[in-house]
Amino acid sequence: MPQLMLNGVRIDDTFAEAFGMVATAIVITAPTARWAEQAAVTMTGFATSVIACGCEAGIDMIVPATESPDGRPGVRVLLFAISPAELQKQLQNRVGQCVLTCPGTACYAGIAGGARLKLGANLRYFGDGWQISKRLGGKHYWRIPVMEGEFLCEASTGSSTEAVGGGNLLLMGQTRRTALAAAETAVKAMTEVADVILPFPGGIVRSGSKVGSRYPALIASTNDAYCPTLKGLPHSALDPDIGAVLEIVIDGLTSDAVRQAMAVGLKAAAALGPDAGPVRISAGNYGGKLGRFHYHLKELIG
Amino acid sequence: MSPLTFSLKSPPPQRLDLSQLTPDRLKDMKAAEIQRIAIGTTREPLLVGDVFSLKGRDAAEIRFEGGSNRFDLLGHGMESGVIRVEGDVGLKAGRRMRGGAIEVRGNAGPWLGSQMSGGRIRISADAGDDVGGPVSGELAGMSGGLILIGGKAGRQVGQRLRRGMIVVSGTSGDYAGAAMIAGTLVLLGKTGHLPGYLMRRGTIVLGRGAQSLSPSFADSGPQELSFAALLGTMLAEQEVKTGKLFKGTLRRLAGDLATLGKGEILIG
Repeated sequence: MPQLMLNGVRIDDTFAEAFGMVATAIVITAPTARWAEQAAVTMTGFATSVIACGCEAGIDMIVPATESPDGRPGVRVLLFAISPAELQKQLQNRVGQCVLTCPGTACYAGIAGGARLKLGANLRYFGDGWQISKRLGGKHYWRIPVMEGEFLCEASTGSSTEAVGGGNLLLMGQTRRTALAAAETAVKAMTEVADVILPFPGGIVRSGSKVGSRYPALIASTNDAYCPTLKGLPHSALDPDIGAVLEIVIDGLTSDAVRQAMAVGLKAAAALGPDAGPVRISAGNYGGKLGRFHYHLKELIG
Repeated sequence: MSPLTFSLKSPPPQRLDLSQLTPDRLKDMKAAEIQRIAIGTTREPLLVGDVFSLKGRDAAEIRFEGGSNRFDLLGHGMESGVIRVEGDVGLKAGRRMRGGAIEVRGNAGPWLGSQMSGGRIRISADAGDDVGGPVSGELAGMSGGLILIGGKAGRQVGQRLRRGMIVVSGTSGDYAGAAMIAGTLVLLGKTGHLPGYLMRRGTIVLGRGAQSLSPSFADSGPQELSFAALLGTMLAEQEVKTGKLFKGTLRRLAGDLATLGKGEILIG
């Protein structure tokens, strides 16, 4: 594969291939930042990949008390799914089981526009007739009595069909330690970008997958071309100096947000140089035929 | 274009029916046509031109220079635009209003915003009895929108309120929120006897308590409500001063248990 160089790091002249998704956003607030984050972490657990989790979800940004709807500290959570119906189901289940249940929280729409998804409009039935509807300033809220006090939840939130899932970077280090340093540095930089989430643990995937498997029951399997234990075999894509590969997957509300996050992450990782960070950076694609969105690494570093 | 302005020539000789003088109804009319609109309510005929001198052409904003407690039915059923009055207005200002805004620098008579369903009314001074309420025979009162009263309000403010919000910065009379169906009534000054009498649903907030409370409410004690912060923020956006009312706990009374009992009185 033709390669470019950035700060001594080899950059493959290839592209990441991503897909259109539907997405929504909510803002969770609580009396303290710790409990707002706890609710968000809980509701975005087991939401790494649509393959088995139903949705991909993560914390997009911290919302300071001065900017939150009720003047308390908050976080904004993004959820991505492959269909509006699945997104609705995941939103309802996750908010119902993880936010409603979490001490002190309230839940608000985090995105305007698009088709409306039900939030409090479904969860209100938990109130068993004691729920209270309130319309304030053009917005509709439900107040649901709970054992701790009252759960306040906006009736609905917006959604977007312009969302993109599956932007990615492959960071290859000489050792596991340098590959992880590269990935952690990239994640830290990408977290600052608004409107994107990195759904995998700590933003990082160590078991990137390819489409298909020799076993008919599986739709995806290990990306053997990038496994260092299979290096040297005919199908391997790894150079002799590569000891470990980590992937970062990016979902964003817009294609521009994904592009920006990839650029920021790539540059931050490459800035470490080949000894402390990655020796080579690449991206995953399926030949360009499956996904609508292509992000060429050459353009990102340009 | 400058706002369409009606300047009062002299105090009106009879009560006036101003229901025709809304932005929606005047937008395509020429000044000469407007001058000929009948606004009398007695056997003595009275036209706009007899009472007001006109200037300006943009009917999206209507101004009245000078007011009177004989200015009845101002902004009746209006859907858009703004009416501003420098002075008092009479009965039923903003009745059945659906949108737009009415701003009065003065007092308003009874049935202010009666059965309104949208838009915003702001009164700088006092309002009469039955703010937002139904007139005899009607089953529901105000069903949407916002009424802001800078001064006092009379008896039965928010009677049979169904949706929307009424805010009274000063004191208010007896039976506030009587038979409320739902909606929000914020009474920042002290209110009279028995607020929320026979209310079914909805919220009455009392900034400075009431002369007497009905025994048919259950005392749920002090509560921390996330919703209170939203209400405080929304009122601050409307330039209503609420002090610390929505920052601490509110004592919640559930009722009226003499009827459905799903309403609440929140006392700061």
